[in-house]
Amino acid sequence: MTPVAHRVVSRVQETADTWTLELESLDVRVRPRAGQFDMLYAFGVGEVPISTSGDHEGDGPLTHTVRAVGAVTRALCGLDAGAVVGVRGPFGTEWPLAQTAGGDLVIVAGGIGLAPLRPAVRHALARRDDYGSVSVLVGARTPQDLLFVSELEGWRARLDAEVDVTVDAAATGWHGRVGLVTTLIPGAVIDPANASALVCGPEVMMTFVVRALVDRGVPLDRIWVSMERNMRCAVGHCGHCQLGPTLICRDGAVFPAAAMTRLMEVREL
Amino acid sequence: METLDELIAHAPVFAGLGSEDLTLIAGCAQNVGFDDGELLFREGEPADTFYVVRRGRVSLELHTPERGGLVIDTIEPGEVVGWSWLFEPYVWHFDARAAGPLRAIAFDGACLRGKCDDDKELGYELMKRFAQVMIDRLQHARVRLLDVYGGVGVG
Repeated sequence: MTPVAHRVVSRVQETADTWTLELESLDVRVRPRAGQFDMLYAFGVGEVPISTSGDHEGDGPLTHTVRAVGAVTRALCGLDAGAVVGVRGPFGTEWPLAQTAGGDLVIVAGGIGLAPLRPAVRHALARRDDYGSVSVLVGARTPQDLLFVSELEGWRARLDAEVDVTVDAAATGWHGRVGLVTTLIPGAVIDPANASALVCGPEVMMTFVVRALVDRGVPLDRIWVSMERNMRCAVGHCGHCQLGPTLICRDGAVFPAAAMTRLMEVREL
Repeated sequence: METLDELIAHAPVFAGLGSEDLTLIAGCAQNVGFDDGELLFREGEPADTFYVVRRGRVSLELHTPERGGLVIDTIEPGEVVGWSWLFEPYVWHFDARAAGPLRAIAFDGACLRGKCDDDKELGYELMKRFAQVMIDRLQHARVRLLDVYGGVGVG
C-alpha cells in the first residue's frame, strides 16, 4: 500500500492532452503485466489508476500513458524528466493472452483505450505464430487524437496483421475512415467462431462493440473488456469502484464481457 | 470479369431482388471512375445520381466558414452513396468526394424514380431498402453525438 518512488525518465506528448511517461523505480518492485494498472501518485495532488501501456518483459522503465482530464492527471502530465512520482501496484487482472492463443484475435480500442491494449498487441505480434489472424481495430475522436501513431503505422505495415482505424470526424483531406469503431467489425478478417476479442475504451463504446462482435458470431465467452470506474484504494477496501456485486479494482479491471454486459446496461449502477 | 448486372446483383442494397428487377435497375446504371479528391456531387446541386462503391472510399463532407471542410462520414465498398435522389426536393445536402482512386456504379436517379412510379412493387422494395440504409446511418450518427471519446474531467 506504500507508494514506491519512481523518477520520470521521459515524457512524450502523444496528443494535445495525452502524454506517455516512462518511470524508473528507485526501489525493487514488480512490473505490471498487460491489462494491469498502477496507482500513480502526484505528490501533494492525489493518486489515480493508470494501466500499463508498456512491456512486461525486460528491465526497461515502466510505461504509462496518461490523459490530462483532471487535477491529478494534469499534474502527472506536467512532470518533467527527473521529477519523482509515487507508484503503488501492480493491481488487477490481466488480458488473457495465454487463453486467447491458438485462434484468431481481434483487439478493439477506442480513444485512450489503446494504451491498456498496446501491451496485448505487442505480445500478439511478437508471438505471431501463436495466433491465427490478428486484427487491431482502432477508433478515435479525430486523426489528431490517435495514440502511438508511428507504432500504429508500423503494425499496419506488417503483412501478417490487419490494422484498421476510424475516427468520428476529420478535416477534408483525411483519406482514412470516418465512422463508429463498430463499423470496422464486419470487415475484420477473422473466423468468428474461432476468435477471441479484447476490448477497451469508453463504456458505451464497449457496449456497442461487444454487441457488434456477438452479431458477427464471436462467442460472448471469448470477449474480454477492461472496465474503468472510480478506483481509489485499488485493493478492494474503499468500495468506490463497486459495480453491482464486483469491485473493479479487485476483480478487474479486465473482465469477461459475459460478466459485464448486463451490469453495463443497468443505468442505476 | 463481372458484368454490370452481376455487379449490381452483388451490391448489398439490391441483394435478393429478382432478375427482372435487376435488369430494370441495370438499365439506369453505368460504371464510373473518379480520381483522388474528385467530387461525385456537391451540396445544393440537383440530386439526380446515386452510387454504389465498388473499390475505394467516398468522403461525405460539410463545409462551414469557421471550420472549413469536415469529413462527417465515409462510404466503403458495397455501400450506397446518396439517397436525396429519392426524396423531394432532389437536392444534395453534402459534398461527396473520392478519398483515393474510386470505382463505382452510378445510377440515374430520375430514370429509376420513373421506373419506380411505373412499378409500385419495385418502388416499395427500393424504398424499404434505402430506408434501412438511412436508419443505419442515423443510428451511427446518434451514437457519435455522444462524443464517447470526449472524456469526463475526473482524476
